[in-house]
Amino acid sequence: MSALRILVPVKRVIDYAVKPRVNKAQTGVETNVKHSMNPFDELSVEESVRIREKKSAPGGVEDICVISAGPPKAQDILRTAMAMGADRAIHVETKEGEDLEPLSVAKLLKAAVEQQKSNLVILGKQSIDDDANQTGQMLAGLLGWPQATQASKVTFEKEGDAVTVTREVDGGSETVRAKLPMVITTDLRLNEPRYASLPNIMKAKKKPMEKKKLEDFGVSAERRLKIVKVTEPPPRQGGGKVDNVDGLISKLKELGAL
Amino acid sequence: MLTTVRRAVFGQARRGPTQASALQRLLSTLAVLEQNNGKLNTGSLSAITAAQKLGGPIHAFVAGGNIKPVAEEAAKVEGVEKIIAVDNSAYDRGLPENYAPLLVENIKKGGYTHIIAGHTAFGKNLMPRVAALLDTQQISDITSIENENTFVRPIYAGNAIATVESTDAIKIVTIRGTAFPAAEVASGSASVEEGVDPKAESATEWVSEDLATSDRPDLATAGRVVSGGRGLKSKEQFDKVMLPLADALGAAVGASRAAVDDGYADNSLQVGQTGKVVAPQLYMAVGISGAIQHLAGMKDSKVIAAINKDADAPIFQVADVGLVGDLFDKVPELTEKLKSA
Repeated sequence: MSALRILVPVKRVIDYAVKPRVNKAQTGVETNVKHSMNPFDELSVEESVRIREKKSAPGGVEDICVISAGPPKAQDILRTAMAMGADRAIHVETKEGEDLEPLSVAKLLKAAVEQQKSNLVILGKQSIDDDANQTGQMLAGLLGWPQATQASKVTFEKEGDAVTVTREVDGGSETVRAKLPMVITTDLRLNEPRYASLPNIMKAKKKPMEKKKLEDFGVSAERRLKIVKVTEPPPRQGGGKVDNVDGLISKLKELGAL
Repeated sequence: MLTTVRRAVFGQARRGPTQASALQRLLSTLAVLEQNNGKLNTGSLSAITAAQKLGGPIHAFVAGGNIKPVAEEAAKVEGVEKIIAVDNSAYDRGLPENYAPLLVENIKKGGYTHIIAGHTAFGKNLMPRVAALLDTQQISDITSIENENTFVRPIYAGNAIATVESTDAIKIVTIRGTAFPAAEVASGSASVEEGVDPKAESATEWVSEDLATSDRPDLATAGRVVSGGRGLKSKEQFDKVMLPLADALGAAVGASRAAVDDGYADNSLQVGQTGKVVAPQLYMAVGISGAIQHLAGMKDSKVIAAINKDADAPIFQVADVGLVGDLFDKVPELTEKLKSA
């Protein structure tokens, strides 16, 4: 089996615990809040590092490269990924507020895969800001590679290039098998991401970070979807509390739910 | 009958000859339907409901081995002009590596302007690959259609609602099932036509599946859902407390991420941003605090009831009716009273 050269795309998003607020101009949400690595991308980094640590791939892991397209602050999450065990990083700088659409990201990643000679790309199944769930599938389509989305388990055959992936689907799970090179997207159950230790955070500062521009990958920030407006969802009115089970039942009857 | 949308298109086409070339392709929609083991997945008929909102002719697409009975059932949906069917067992599992080229060929042949599929495991896996092959930016998980170019979708776990306008010639859209009821199989009589089959090889091999079996209603489409959280404390307690309540209500069972992670319930029962999105008539949250990721999956329910011992739990801010108390007392009492009612 060929040695693995893993590419792990990561995205800087508003921290999952922050409740986003729509801005006054209704063009997006307030972004002056805590940001972190997209939680599904943490799973991707963790899985890559575990494949190396557990020596689960017969050809071994030659390289784990993390890549992010985003404003200068995206470098923080690339450092985090390196502190978790990635070898190096590529930062593709975009302007603040210049968000790439999944199709553009997929095109960028296709070029990156070719430049870096990657044979496995592990992405999060979706980013928790736009909730699109597209980039991995688009990348696989553009590359013509097999894809295994929403992975909850990844195993390598003892010999050869085959990878077996259990995927979370509606109603349960399914298992598929494909040969490298391939694209995998991570689901929550895949693993439990580690915390970066202080010594590893220090070491990550010395790991290489390449700085690139969108043009280096032949893509632009041009959007196919125009955001007309962003609004708050209609608020739900809490209906108050009842004292006992009888009260609950009669209220549910009153509301027509029983 | 022309909808306002179509009239608008015709109107614009008449007005400007410069725009005419772009508008010559009048709106027509392909709804991608799902099938399982030779049975039409009627939930996927939501795609036809969405297509009806666009106006223009609607074709539906099905593929799989021995597809004829599935195609004939789909043909009975009112308002569908044609069923494009591809009979080839290579598509039984909906593997995107061969299904995406299949769909692309049929989209090109039919000259469709809109492709609609459910935002289900199948649709999520397949459609972005199709979109990339057609070089179009997909619009995921929409909850409403404003016009043929403009769609509404939740972002940030439903904490914001974005209205987006597509500039692509082909719109690829996945829809949130709870926002579009499934079209009914009635007395329609669409023609069934054989689609083109490029017979692309799948680089992925399907190995096996492990589906949770249950006699209870399907979570995604149930009229009532009872959902348990970490407050249940163990799988034994979850089964002992939640299942009788579900049966007393004729409800589907759901769970919070915490309950799933702790092994109280199967992964496929998770309700939330990363699990299923439900919008039943009644959603009863038991021992669930109400984190924003969970609310993303259920806050469009008609009536929300909550039982929790913490009076300050965020779930009470969205619940139409809340009961503060120990779920191990309250739920069995509720179950008994529902049964004897």
